[in-house]
Amino acid sequence: MITKEEVEHVGWLARVEIDEKESDVYAEKLNSVLDYFGQLDEVDTKDVPPTYHVMDVVNVFREDVVKESMPQDIVLSNTEHKKEGNFKSPRIM
Amino acid sequence: MVYENPDGVRIGLEVHVQLNKLNTKLFCGCSTDYHNDEPNTHVCPVCLGLPGSLPVINERAVEFAIRIGLALNCEIVEQTQFHRKNYYYPDLPKGFQTTQYDYPIAGKGKVVIEGEDGERVIRITRAHMEEDPGKLQHIGTIEKSKGTLINYNRSGMTLIEIVSEPDMRSPKEARRYLDKLRSILDYLEVFDGDLEGAMRVDANVSVYGGDRAEVKNISSFKGAERALLYEIMRQKNQVRRGEKIVMETRHFDEARGVTISMRTKEEEHDYRYFPEPDLVPLRVADRAPAILKALPELPDAKRERFLQQYGMSGMHARALTTEIKVANFYEEVAAKVDPKDAAVWVADILKGELNYRDLDIDAFAVEDTVAVIGLVTENKITEQSGVEIIRTVLDHGGKPQDIVKERGLLKVEDDIVAQAVEEAINESQEAVADYLAGKEKSLNFIVGKVMQKTKGRADAREAREKVLAKIKG
Amino acid sequence: MTAWTGISEIKQKIAETSAEEVTASYLETIGKSCINGFITTWDKALEAARGIDTGGHEGPLAGVPIAIKDNISTTGLSTTCSSKILQGYVPPYDAHVIEKLRAAGAVILGKTNMDEFAMGTSTESSYYGATLNPWDAARVPGGSSGGSAAVVAAGEAPVSLGSDTGGSVRCPAAFCGVVGLKPTYGCISRFGLISYANSLEQIGPLATNVADIATLMDVIAGYDPRDSTSINRENTYSNAMKDDVKGLKIGVPEEYFGEGIDEDVEKLVWDAIGKYEDMGASWKKVSMPHTKYALASYYIIAMSEASSNLARFDGTRYGFRADGDNWHVMASKTRAQGFGEEVKRRILLGTYALSAGYHDKYYLKSLKVRTLVKQDFDRALAEVDVLMGPTMPTPAFRIGEKIDDPLSLYLADVNTVPINLAGVPSISLPCGFVEGMPVGLQIIGKHFDENTVLRAAYSFEQNTEHHTRRPGEVA
Ligand SMILES: [Mg+2]
Ligand SMILES: [Zn+2]
Repeated sequence: MITKEEVEHVGWLARVEIDEKESDVYAEKLNSVLDYFGQLDEVDTKDVPPTYHVMDVVNVFREDVVKESMPQDIVLSNTEHKKEGNFKSPRIM
Repeated sequence: MVYENPDGVRIGLEVHVQLNKLNTKLFCGCSTDYHNDEPNTHVCPVCLGLPGSLPVINERAVEFAIRIGLALNCEIVEQTQFHRKNYYYPDLPKGFQTTQYDYPIAGKGKVVIEGEDGERVIRITRAHMEEDPGKLQHIGTIEKSKGTLINYNRSGMTLIEIVSEPDMRSPKEARRYLDKLRSILDYLEVFDGDLEGAMRVDANVSVYGGDRAEVKNISSFKGAERALLYEIMRQKNQVRRGEKIVMETRHFDEARGVTISMRTKEEEHDYRYFPEPDLVPLRVADRAPAILKALPELPDAKRERFLQQYGMSGMHARALTTEIKVANFYEEVAAKVDPKDAAVWVADILKGELNYRDLDIDAFAVEDTVAVIGLVTENKITEQSGVEIIRTVLDHGGKPQDIVKERGLLKVEDDIVAQAVEEAINESQEAVADYLAGKEKSLNFIVGKVMQKTKGRADAREAREKVLAKIKG
Repeated sequence: MTAWTGISEIKQKIAETSAEEVTASYLETIGKSCINGFITTWDKALEAARGIDTGGHEGPLAGVPIAIKDNISTTGLSTTCSSKILQGYVPPYDAHVIEKLRAAGAVILGKTNMDEFAMGTSTESSYYGATLNPWDAARVPGGSSGGSAAVVAAGEAPVSLGSDTGGSVRCPAAFCGVVGLKPTYGCISRFGLISYANSLEQIGPLATNVADIATLMDVIAGYDPRDSTSINRENTYSNAMKDDVKGLKIGVPEEYFGEGIDEDVEKLVWDAIGKYEDMGASWKKVSMPHTKYALASYYIIAMSEASSNLARFDGTRYGFRADGDNWHVMASKTRAQGFGEEVKRRILLGTYALSAGYHDKYYLKSLKVRTLVKQDFDRALAEVDVLMGPTMPTPAFRIGEKIDDPLSLYLADVNTVPINLAGVPSISLPCGFVEGMPVGLQIIGKHFDENTVLRAAYSFEQNTEHHTRRPGEVA
């Protein structure tokens, strides 16, 4: 069972602001899903390796050859928040 | 003498090395040569983390990483992969850093340093590959900033993070360790240590077996020593006041020389590592033997060889092997002149003059060094003139042979000196008598005359000896 | 309602008139549409079509209009994933498939509506409003590529691209009565596809007939060095257009007819299998015992990957930004206001499933179950050539029916998600109607054996009439 407090903590980890009122609703909805997910406990997975990649491929590389970068105005074209060629955001702390 | 480490200082370092000698970044084709360019001009959809972009690993970066691992005596892992380290920060364009987690490309290794009491082995925990975040610039100080400017030129640069065990017992040992690492990396030709941000250090520090604090944002070796001295003092004072050291991250404020607690809510780290689905595993251990074979002679081995082969002092051997360029320079010089003379001239004189001017060994030519040493050892110029030539070349350019002529630095030939001595004695009978009567200072008068006659080109000490020999018969 | 027109008819029309006229007629139909299938139409579509005419383009899709799901990056054309958080975002680069399409002469009509960030089965969660099912405007078109399926069904585009993470091409294909293919993982480059769950998803084509699917695959499939999971393997898909299933061995997984399946849907699928028998194929029941657990495994993996994939939407570099006096607060508010409810739920669940203390219980466990699901496929497909079953357990449900009950929505994906866990190819094609709503037959093949799947689908199409029925002609 995920608690209200855990919902708020996960909200912070995921940088999704959740106010106290919402955390109740989230907890309820998430719990019904987590409850369903709990059925995986029934499956015996001892000695079963995880499948991270469905295709068995290794060592895919690129040569160390320079490709053209984007012009600065294109890099910054999707934001209004910029200054002297930099992105601009609120302070960090 | 055994170093007691009275405060129980334990220092472990995490060193991020930027492989700026690669042509491109770790996961995209953007050039690494951004250091003098406008912000956000070495950026593409991949290193800007644009939606839909995908990473592809730079093969040469992996080979560099293996080279470093081998040089640090690490084991190269059989199979590795990249993980996502999930956390939020504006310099991280994807909201996660692509790094290695459970299987770093290089495992346990070691580095030997000159410790407080002789040779000391610093154990390497691991060395892994990861991508560099972008660069943040705070408008004002980090605490009271009005905003943050973000430049992603650095984003996606290849980093090797070298993690040590807490085996260092003093800031001095930490500094020696850093110098040694830099020296090794310099030999491997994987990075240019002079470029901004080429090596960045995080330090774990504890005293008296207490909890450790992590000091971040150390950008120079000198800074590392200062940050460590401050942090050790702070922890000792805290213990003295009966307070407990808490496990925390601290930020080194280079300008003020202090470490500041960064404890905020985001301290509760939970990085939710998982394997990067957009990259496939690496099985590259089979490349290690060939890379090992091609590894250059490393600083320790070279120092040992210099001692044996050239019969130089330990101090010279160390000074000449710290930087590969200097070592190579020395060997080229030593092939043409007496290696011991070469050691003195390169390690003591030339390096001193270069350091004073903040110049690199490239600023002076091997053939010019050989020429200067030749002139001195063949007794054609004085040692002092040799130094003068080096200074002149460094400050104004030119070739040693020309400078010797322009400045009339050639020592005059023996018979001219002999003739001048003869004349001087003849013209100074009174002074000769005075000298013989015990007035030692009178000799200076005669030597002065010799120097006058040779227009100062005679070696004063030599002239003095010659005058004496003549008077005493 | 424009009659359904396939690629070959389009080409004929272009030969008779021009690419520009063909494109113009589609744009006109789109302009009159009331199903909300497109989010954006491309303002340079006519210009591009004119360029095809004047340039004498001879590419395999010269002048053929196509609709693109709004999670596939298109240079200069807004790409939003149907999310407020990507409002105003215009990609500076083309996805690999878009480069291929442009080179082949296709004309992009615009970007289609979808469930926000491809997270859904109904296209109701779009910031731009729900897309309606052309067969019945009170019903959902399926999802998440609901727009791409609906505009093809409604004759607003002859063909389209969608993406399929857990059924997102096949589900709307089934609900809208069109054909949709989820190719083998690694078959089509994902470069430029905005990730929902990278280890599961593939771009896939939608069309009114199987031959058009093959034609599109010939254009968009193939190796791309920019996608490390792209597989280098040549294939000509149109070679599979043969009406011949003699000797084809069909496996019918009994688990695909489990709890919750509509009786009429079940009957139509068995009828289809009967038809294959008439055509010379044979069938037998097979068992895929881990199917039951595929859904939970799939959702945990998808949500975990999504929680990380969607971390980049923080208001810093593009898209919507909320106010906040420090960066972390700004990011949290941007994400709270910019993402819809279902996306936030999945981000929270994924974050939780990866977090300290739960990683092994949820995330790692799911990957182990994934191995078991994949082994089910390996075993079954060692005995038969293809597997068949219903794409969706029911016909399209009503708008609003499941929107507030995420779990019931997830359960609808029971027959489609195992395929993505295993990475195998699968097609959905019409096999009949229940109360006027289309039903999809799903045909699943071995890794990279698209051609057997396509041949089976093509043969069925050649011997049945289901695909000829169009919305608006419903009796
Ligand atoms: Mg690191
Ligand atoms: Zn780049």
